[in-house]
Amino acid sequence: MFQPEYESMQREQLEALQLERLNGLLARVYEHVPTYRAKFDAAGVTPRVSSLDEFAAFPFTVKDDLRAGYPYGMFAVPLRDIVRLHSSSGTTGQVTVVGYTAADLDTWADLMARTIAAAGGTPDDIVQNSYGYGLFTGGLGVHYGAERLGCATIPISGGNTKRQVQVMKDFGTTILACTPSYALLIAETAREMGIDPASLPVKAGVFGAEPWSENTRAEIERQFGMTAIDIYGLSEVLGPGVATECQCKCGLHVNEDHFIIEIVDPETLRPVPEGERGEVVFTTLTKQGIPVVRYRTRDISRIVPGECACGRTSRRLERVTGRSDDMLIIRGVNVFPSQIEQVLLGIPGVAPYYQVVLSRRGSMDHVEVHVEVSPDVSFDEIKTLERLRGRVSAEIASVLAVNISVKLVEPKSIQRSEGKAKRVLDLRAEGSE
Amino acid sequence: MVKQLTVFLENSPGRLARLTRALGDAGVNMRALMVADTAEFGVVRIICDRPGVAKSALEDAGFSVSVTDVIAVAVPDRPGGLADVLEVLGAEDLNVEYAYCFVEPGGSGAVDVFRVERVTDAMRVLHDAGIRTLTADEI
Repeated sequence: MFQPEYESMQREQLEALQLERLNGLLARVYEHVPTYRAKFDAAGVTPRVSSLDEFAAFPFTVKDDLRAGYPYGMFAVPLRDIVRLHSSSGTTGQVTVVGYTAADLDTWADLMARTIAAAGGTPDDIVQNSYGYGLFTGGLGVHYGAERLGCATIPISGGNTKRQVQVMKDFGTTILACTPSYALLIAETAREMGIDPASLPVKAGVFGAEPWSENTRAEIERQFGMTAIDIYGLSEVLGPGVATECQCKCGLHVNEDHFIIEIVDPETLRPVPEGERGEVVFTTLTKQGIPVVRYRTRDISRIVPGECACGRTSRRLERVTGRSDDMLIIRGVNVFPSQIEQVLLGIPGVAPYYQVVLSRRGSMDHVEVHVEVSPDVSFDEIKTLERLRGRVSAEIASVLAVNISVKLVEPKSIQRSEGKAKRVLDLRAEGSE
Repeated sequence: MVKQLTVFLENSPGRLARLTRALGDAGVNMRALMVADTAEFGVVRIICDRPGVAKSALEDAGFSVSVTDVIAVAVPDRPGGLADVLEVLGAEDLNVEYAYCFVEPGGSGAVDVFRVERVTDAMRVLHDAGIRTLTADEI
């Protein structure tokens, strides 16, 4: 553990710390952010609580509040105190701007150092940071965390995949940080270069920024012979470093000394009983630049009950398999692209690359999943391919409870992503077929 | 036995042209080309003079290629010529997955190409029945 005094703090002590920090936060936002002052006043709450339970009466914050304040309306400090600006990835609608003070960056580096340490990282490690550097929080977030932990940090950023492989080999990378889909592309590229990914010295990976499945984890671990760790964060709350798995891989430890996590029913907005699924809500206890109070992430998950064997006392968030923003509604059924990925990885003969293509046929939405045939499948006979297509279609139907047409496409024809994979292609605005 | 190349193709305009151009640029001469298609994808089967060269040229051009052993038989140009051959296979319970034919350059008869489940058994059966299969050099 990088900061055992916090990561394995007794619950009682932790909750006392949370309460103290929460009162500081409420006072700061009420004083400095007009939106929060108006919301608190409208809800009839005063910015002081005597127990964490009282906090449930406070109003929620949603993405639209941040958009309405674009660019700096939700900042709680004057701009002169801000030393860094990032922006959300804009995967869903208008981007939002987040600002960090020097103290925020210091905290962020600590939390990311915890993350890399949780994956087994030590100052002896060489971290290849293949997250994109730039406005996206992933690149610099991992970068300063790796340096804080004392790792030799390679700021390679995303892209130029052959060079990624070469650097991994030549520099002796022991920890890889990137999106899980990019890790698979690096493995595929290595093989094309005649390098067995399992022969590379990498022992662990910290992967996040997109939902991924257990099957993808198994695939990455098998191909590289590494431990693949899921990390979680979102720029509105901090960026990466909000929660991370440890090597037990049984839920993501939330850095509760800096964030309050709540799980609420997305309809009633009431907290769900411990262990049940609902929408994940975060409050930033220590953030100065742009704190958030009860921010609704739209991520659906739950708290994993019980204690973790690793010794961390923080509660664990179950792996987030889909953001409600990514969710498609196909003929009334909720579908997360990651469910399709889970199915494909279980079927030999298809590659784990797919795209959900939405188009319009007449007045109807048409959904089709494009799936790559694996290059090593023997496709000489049509019936082999038809059987493969039938199997993909049947397994998707059984898992998702909806029939989706499946189209087999040529190996390597689906665009490879160097950052967040684009799993849904929406052609509906481009006219009918 | 003859080596046949099979290429998996999406049904999209220009794809087959790209494939044949890649072969042409590599100096590969085709003897036969057969396209089997479904609604969404096609499978192109090719018999050519240099399968090894053709395979790497196609792979360099981004195609997925597999190599399949097929049987080629010179069929006499008379009624029932093909039936004689197929009856031999059928009598031994050897199922023909697909077949196509082309005319031998300068020859009088046709060349029939078969894909059979058990290739070596089929070769033996044809041999025993006195039907000569063609080698790669002969086509």
